[in-house]
Amino acid sequence: MSRDHSVLLELKDIAREFDVSKPWLNRVIEGQPRQILNAVDGISLTLRRGETLSLVGESGCGKSTVARVICGLYPPSRGSVVFDGIDMAVAAGKQLTELRKRFQMIFQDPFASLNPRWRVGRIVAEPILSHNLLRPGAELDRRVDELLTQVGLSPLDAEKFPHEFSGGQRQRISIARALSSNPEFLICDEPTSALDVSVQAQILNLMRDLQREFGLTYLFISHNLAVVSHISTRVGVMYLGRLVEIADTKRIFANPLHPYTQMLQSAIPDLEMTGKQRTPVAGEVPNPLNPPGGCTFHPRCPHANERCKTERPNLITHADGGEVACHAVEEKRIPIKPAA
Amino acid sequence: MTQALLEVRNLRIEFPTRRGTLTAVDDVSFSIAPGEVLGVVGESGAGKSLTGAAVIGLLEPPGRICGGEVLFNGRRIDNLPFDEMRKIRGREIGAIFQDPLTSLNPLYTVGRQIVETIQTHLPMSEADARRRAIELLTEVGIPAPEKRIDHYPHQFSGGMRQRVVISLALAAQPKLIIADEPTTALDVSIQAQIITLLKRLGREHGMAVMLITHDMGVIAETANRVAVMYAGRIAEIGPVAEVIHHPQHPYTVGLMGAIPSVGDMTERLAQIDGAMPRLTAIPTGCAFHPRCSHMAEVPGGRCSQERPSLLDAGKTRAACWLHAEHKAITL
Repeated sequence: MSRDHSVLLELKDIAREFDVSKPWLNRVIEGQPRQILNAVDGISLTLRRGETLSLVGESGCGKSTVARVICGLYPPSRGSVVFDGIDMAVAAGKQLTELRKRFQMIFQDPFASLNPRWRVGRIVAEPILSHNLLRPGAELDRRVDELLTQVGLSPLDAEKFPHEFSGGQRQRISIARALSSNPEFLICDEPTSALDVSVQAQILNLMRDLQREFGLTYLFISHNLAVVSHISTRVGVMYLGRLVEIADTKRIFANPLHPYTQMLQSAIPDLEMTGKQRTPVAGEVPNPLNPPGGCTFHPRCPHANERCKTERPNLITHADGGEVACHAVEEKRIPIKPAA
Repeated sequence: MTQALLEVRNLRIEFPTRRGTLTAVDDVSFSIAPGEVLGVVGESGAGKSLTGAAVIGLLEPPGRICGGEVLFNGRRIDNLPFDEMRKIRGREIGAIFQDPLTSLNPLYTVGRQIVETIQTHLPMSEADARRRAIELLTEVGIPAPEKRIDHYPHQFSGGMRQRVVISLALAAQPKLIIADEPTTALDVSIQAQIITLLKRLGREHGMAVMLITHDMGVIAETANRVAVMYAGRIAEIGPVAEVIHHPQHPYTVGLMGAIPSVGDMTERLAQIDGAMPRLTAIPTGCAFHPRCSHMAEVPGGRCSQERPSLLDAGKTRAACWLHAEHKAITL
């Protein structure tokens, strides 16, 4: 089978478990078994070149864990990450270093992700040096100046320390650092959620401009649906470690199919003040240590029946190319809204 | 017009530091009518939380009120001695803070904390107070309150904890609640639940709410009026629908444009360049003038020299010299 070259990244049935057991002695004395938390439980998706795929979900749904598995901060417990046709688990040595510099990550907290004792110039130059792209010298300095200018800072800022910058400016430094190894793919884990709205707008606009300029592919993790609808081409909705729906941004917000997506969508604050009442999502996310059987959403779902309680739904491709994991949608038990 | 429940006049909060005095809140005036929800919105550092803390007398030193006055029910409360203020706090004015975990004592059951609050303010026996505590927990939507009352805060989820905090604020049936970012630490779905709850309780008890948040969406759904703060001052104040749809201060215009909304397929968000000034370097004149695109419309460079006070701007009031020229901002 020939490889589809428009696909940059493919996740095949990724799972990641965390051992959250009590210490050994406690377990022996209290006679308790090991406890395993399935943070991510079987996620498969593909990212095409140049697109922005967003993962959304509530706290604890495993969206950040997916990001960390992709960039290798956590090894997956199961499944494989295939980047540009190469399985990351198989790649080793030189091939792996070559792969590594092609993707970078931007983190949520711009205060914690920059070394406070390093000058900005050194922070931005670090990936260049560690990937041996340039040697220290005039050329490296020029490259750092260029990167800082690209993200809207001044070359003079290279001499400063992170504490001299505001949150938005620090996030610009993180972006400059991420761009320094000329990556094709950026994993952005809640890059704007620590920022004020006006600064968030600046960063989102900057990310768009950079995407157009360098043809970047983004995996964007966020819990803010309005931000997601603005930045992404496709959206994946996660619930308790699984993907419940993935589709084009336009479709998923105009006509969400999965009951959970519908709930999330109706829970977005209404700025237009059309008088639409927010439908609060009933109930809360269950304890991920002891997820409900069958479809994990069934205790909160208005359409749940016996099948939902026992049989776990798989992602099924829908007519418009989106995928939904829901028995009720499959059996057409949910009335589908006519397209607006 | 009925008497305002809360009236803040020319409030000024300063922080003396070694390098000089910082003015964090400057000349802020607003009022809240009984049963009204006033939203206070602004970016971090705009002084919105400090204003709330000053009203309830919980300003942390070295911060201090050094100008203006706070009147509650016509009585001045900003200069009351600590013990007097304690009687008002909780009894007349309740508070809800952002992080429900730090607002509760982890070592006591929630029941004990609610009972203690009730008994501090109301003459009630232990048993009556406990009955009332169960009523309160039922009211804020906690399932099985008879059982949950004996649980510790760590046994509750974030959303449930915030409900407990709300029940604490309601314990003595105050007339005003200061809610400082009550939904910021919560997920969207839980946020919607808490907002609905706050709205219902405000309606049923005729409680006024001062809702401090950075989230315009929450304000749009909840508040009757909104005050937009910038660099320690009120930039614009008016009815929510007016401020959102026809903002009359260039900062509000920029702020509204910067909020992404679902279904809006514009390529770029409107962006206000630059950042809010630090307290050490608030520009002279209008604090917003270095970022403002309307400066040329005001003759004589007035924006950079003279500080505008709140001027009538149609249905809202905005601190912008454009309105001295009777130039409305149209979008």
